[in-house]
Amino acid sequence: MATTVKDPAVTAPPPPVKHGLAFLTSRLRQIGIFVALIVIVALFQVLTGGALLMPDNVSNIIVQNSYILLLAIGMVMIIVAGHIDLSVGSVAAFVGAMSGIMIQDWGFTWWVAFIASLVIGGIVGAWQGFWVAYVGIPAFIVTLAGMLVFRGLTQIVLENQRITGFPEEYRQLGGGFLFPGLFPPETNLLDWTTVVLGVVAVVLLVASQLRGRATRARLKLEDEPAAWFFTKLAFIAAIILGLTYLLAGSRSGTPIVLVVLGILIVAYSLVMSNSVFGRHIYARGGNLQAAQLSGVNTKRIDFMLFVNMGVLAALAGLIFTGRLNSAGPGAGNLFELDAIAAAFIGGAAVTGGVGTVIGAITGGLIMGVLNNGMSLLGVGIDVQQFIKGMVLLLAVGFDVFNKRRASNALK
Amino acid sequence: MAENILRMRRITKTFPGVKALQDVNLDVARGEVHAICGENGAGKSTLMKVLSGVYPHGTYDGDIELEGSVVEFKDIRDSERDGIVIIHQELALSPFLSVAENIFLGNEREKRGFINWNETNVEAAKLLRRVGLDLNPVVRAGDIGVGKQQLVEIAKALSKNVKLLILDEPTAALNDEDSAHLLGLVKGLRDEGITCIIISHKLNEIRAIADSVTILRDGRTIETLSLHDGSVTEERIIKGMVGRDMESRYPDRTPVIGEEVLRVEDWTVHHPQEGSRVVVDSANLSVRAGEVVGIAGLMGAGRTELAMSIFGRSYGSRITGTLYKNGTPITARSVGEAIRHGIAYATEDRKRYGLNLIDDIKRNVSGAALGKLAKRGWVDSGREAVVAGEYRRSMNIKAPTVTAITGKLSGGNQQKVVLSKWMFSDPDVLILDEPTRGIDVGAKYEIYTIINRLAAEGKAVIVISSELPELLGICDRIYTLAEGRITAEVPIGQATPELLMQYMTKEKD
Repeated sequence: MATTVKDPAVTAPPPPVKHGLAFLTSRLRQIGIFVALIVIVALFQVLTGGALLMPDNVSNIIVQNSYILLLAIGMVMIIVAGHIDLSVGSVAAFVGAMSGIMIQDWGFTWWVAFIASLVIGGIVGAWQGFWVAYVGIPAFIVTLAGMLVFRGLTQIVLENQRITGFPEEYRQLGGGFLFPGLFPPETNLLDWTTVVLGVVAVVLLVASQLRGRATRARLKLEDEPAAWFFTKLAFIAAIILGLTYLLAGSRSGTPIVLVVLGILIVAYSLVMSNSVFGRHIYARGGNLQAAQLSGVNTKRIDFMLFVNMGVLAALAGLIFTGRLNSAGPGAGNLFELDAIAAAFIGGAAVTGGVGTVIGAITGGLIMGVLNNGMSLLGVGIDVQQFIKGMVLLLAVGFDVFNKRRASNALK
Repeated sequence: MAENILRMRRITKTFPGVKALQDVNLDVARGEVHAICGENGAGKSTLMKVLSGVYPHGTYDGDIELEGSVVEFKDIRDSERDGIVIIHQELALSPFLSVAENIFLGNEREKRGFINWNETNVEAAKLLRRVGLDLNPVVRAGDIGVGKQQLVEIAKALSKNVKLLILDEPTAALNDEDSAHLLGLVKGLRDEGITCIIISHKLNEIRAIADSVTILRDGRTIETLSLHDGSVTEERIIKGMVGRDMESRYPDRTPVIGEEVLRVEDWTVHHPQEGSRVVVDSANLSVRAGEVVGIAGLMGAGRTELAMSIFGRSYGSRITGTLYKNGTPITARSVGEAIRHGIAYATEDRKRYGLNLIDDIKRNVSGAALGKLAKRGWVDSGREAVVAGEYRRSMNIKAPTVTAITGKLSGGNQQKVVLSKWMFSDPDVLILDEPTRGIDVGAKYEIYTIINRLAAEGKAVIVISSELPELLGICDRIYTLAEGRITAEVPIGQATPELLMQYMTKEKD
């Protein structure tokens, strides 16, 4: 017996590179969501007779949805950890209201008010994180309470009035554009700032993707066929350039909020995939006990996630308030549901442990394009709600179906 | 004995990679108390799950004859309809429902969908009196003690007109008084004509109440002994449970034993919820560099609880005692601290506590020491893949790449991932809890080889196992644990299965 156990590693096969269809089916969920977005865009482009992808409308879609996308970043992180946050809409409203009070009643300069608002968001997050992480109340309950508490506080501090007339600089964040007058009008066939930004983004993307692939190849971890990799890369580059072209041709160029959003998407994607913190979030959501028994301080993770969500909700509140030039008692209503829907449409798992920032952003864009396209078509809010609800249900249903098929294939 | 109420013929049950039962025969006479004995993993519970329909007809081979006719149960309800009721080791009462509601759960006293509460409570009270329990049936099940809950389970079984009652380790969680009451009740039920099958590790109990005993070992029937004439001793039963060939299932090793690395002194642990229950009772043990130390104990003896309480107090409450690392006292109040002190614990339940099954090999391997791969909070994924790749080769993890999802690996390979994780945390002491549970013979040999390698590298290794031959095959010294107390410390030269089993079944004085 002792001598008959051979070392099977000698005969182990090399890493299999899946080809064509097999690879695509293995990535069905990730690919499916992008395909769904493109199909929806194409559909409404046709239905609206080209109005959807008019430069100014594209700019509008981005600005309109920026705060939902921002919230979706924090939300998907919370969902990956196995929690939920129902309070973000109220928190955004509360911070918006506080910023108005700081500026108008207390005479703060806009940037001091900004920083103070983000700090308030962090404190709100710490408050909720404390109850979730250290007291052990389910996040659903804590944030349901938070939703009521911070909505109430918003109304109290505003005394049920809206604050308007925010300073110009404040409003830039939500409604401003990048260097609008940088180039003289006669050269301004396209907005050159936007063109430069778009090209730089594509170059950075291609460079980082090629480097990543080279590293994976060196470590013999690459299972993506080259043809697929380059098609995908070319496709994404084309989309970014297309978007650049559209924005460069719009009235004012690149919305500032798009730059903020772009930086946050890249930064948080990196945090989720490459930082110890991000990796511990996945470990916590994937198997809480295993994470604890591996020495992960899961309470700290939970706490930090809510602090982070509070700061992002504060930023969303500032953007929203700036865009409308108004902080009202009803602001941000139902934002949380849009953000949660975005995360789930984007492939996050209800049980935790699965989800990506990019997926949540794509999910948020699907909702945003649906909203915008249907509004252009003059579809009523009633029907819009119905359709959005069905999209959420079917997206998650597709997920569940897919998983069951995969686990059946294993048996 | 007049006739057999139950005959199980050539029962074979296979799980992926493991043959849990092979050609098992069981004959139970009407109106007797029939005990089933065997080591953990011998197949006792599996056999009872086959009998009660938990594993439906078609998922096993062989025949079950009940009262002379072949039965094919599709589920538990099916077997209950024929009068077979199983009471599991983990009680299945709903703590928030009343005792009466629990007794009639799924079998409600109702009329056109409305529950008749008077009948429910009156009938429940009658059943409770039958099991010798003077209890108001409207109290919540969670508010009564474990011993009484056990009796409520039996009352529930009686409400279903039970003919064959199966008790799985009924006294494992009970104190002496409750145990005595329960065993008396089982005798009483036998006199009423109810046949009982009782699974137990407590041999003195078996000798006291059983009419006959069937011994299982490695998924096979070894023998059935009649206990009537009193000639069968506990030693005789133990011999049947452990006697098996032991040639060359374990790799050779020459131990090189150094200084003491970890010592546990006067270690007492209480149950996390029931703070008054002592789970580990002033345990003392030590392990040296390069040494493999075994902890032998039956189910419920407190093995895992002892290990997990040492590992950063991840189990238990009101823990007292001292840990010494290399001779100096240390505190390890959290898992993180324990890991920093060089202690590692590989769990007995790798799926629930050991792995993130939806993530890949490399991220599981790095899971306990991600900091080693990170600079200022950022993980070097490239180095992570290299490290995981090295473990994949050295541990012989059979997977195409380190990006394979751990949930799809076989048990043996999952165990190697868990071991890799802890080896990467670079511990001085490794506590391995049932390291070969649920994995096949070939993979077991590999795990033993890895354990030897760890010891040869100068690590102190503690192995907890239910399989005595395994401990005898790989350890240098073995502690036996019974009811939370360390009952003996046996050098390998003196250890025999019979001796260990005696200490493992040693009752409190």
